[in-house]
Amino acid sequence: MQTNDLINALRADAAKQAMPLGYSWWIAIVAATIIAAGAFFILIGPRPDFTVAAHTPRFLFKFIVTLALVVVAFALLRVLSRPGSDVRHVAYWLVLMPILLGTAVAAELFAVPSDQLVTVWWGSNVYVCLTFIPLIGLGALAVFLAALRHGAPTRPRLAGAVAGLLAGGIAATFYAAHCTDDSPLFVATWYSIAIAGLVALGAICGRRVARW
Amino acid sequence: MNGDAENELATLLRAAIAGDERAYAEFLGRTAAIVRGFARRKIQGGVDPEDIVQETLLALHMKRHTWKTDAPVSPWVYAIARFKLIDAFRKRGRHVEVEIGEIAETVAQPEAETVSDREIGRVLDGLTAGQRSVVAAISIEGRSIGETAAKFGMTETAVRVALHRGLRSIAKKFGRS
Repeated sequence: MQTNDLINALRADAAKQAMPLGYSWWIAIVAATIIAAGAFFILIGPRPDFTVAAHTPRFLFKFIVTLALVVVAFALLRVLSRPGSDVRHVAYWLVLMPILLGTAVAAELFAVPSDQLVTVWWGSNVYVCLTFIPLIGLGALAVFLAALRHGAPTRPRLAGAVAGLLAGGIAATFYAAHCTDDSPLFVATWYSIAIAGLVALGAICGRRVARW
Repeated sequence: MNGDAENELATLLRAAIAGDERAYAEFLGRTAAIVRGFARRKIQGGVDPEDIVQETLLALHMKRHTWKTDAPVSPWVYAIARFKLIDAFRKRGRHVEVEIGEIAETVAQPEAETVSDREIGRVLDGLTAGQRSVVAAISIEGRSIGETAAKFGMTETAVRVALHRGLRSIAKKFGRS
């Protein structure tokens, strides 16, 4: 078949259009959030003293970090799904999370007596955290991979990893409402490891799922 | 690519997305020439540049909803062409570095096609009989949707569906194989 023949066929197919990618991303994040919320309320739910905790800065800080992660990862994922967009410009914002966490950890090291640091760092929910953040984020990750498939990622593995990061951010936001370990030391360590699991899974699936 | 050519290309693609078939054919023709220049400069044997042109056009077609209607077209086209080029080398078991520089691309000259047997023709054989005859009638024989419907005694809607499914299946084969 010659190229002009192919153009004839593509031209005749002009009317069949897929949904603009911008819309699909907003649908995806709403769907992913609903799925994660469902998993959260079915599996663990918020901690009993939620309303009291909501007045403490350590508790609120968890949401600042996780929501910042959601915003940045979502922007980055959208950019990665469009060929030829400026990825680097958005990717720089990823340093925001280490900066936030680093600052909070430094403050925590001053505030907490040194003989209690290990106790605070280890907390009492390590395994709960490592289990339920990935579990809550799993459905969200599947939604984002499907949206990625609708897009055209020229770096599918990286895009899949960022899909995992976004799913992890959403899952961690919900999980933070359950967990009673509010120390930045705990968050910086165990949340990161739990989210990294989803990132790795996303990277593995991205290469297979988002092929086009 | 200069600003005027860039703006014209964007105007054509916007018109195409609004449903203007003639603008779409014009857009695809110009884009094919640009991608051909790009592919010929990047390839020294191993892969037929025209295969890259066709795979890129098909990918552009299937993924045209990923173009932001207020963005320039050429970075989007080149990113897809580069992706398809790297993919083609990867599939053929070769590792190549395709330079990411934009300088070489700005001097890309549109080039005309040379005739040879194309991969897409072989992929066509993998379609169902119905899809293949519809795609062949419209592409190779150059028939319209209406003429094709009359030829096979199908409704126009059925022809459009068969065409779209056929093209999607071809695009998928390029992505997978």
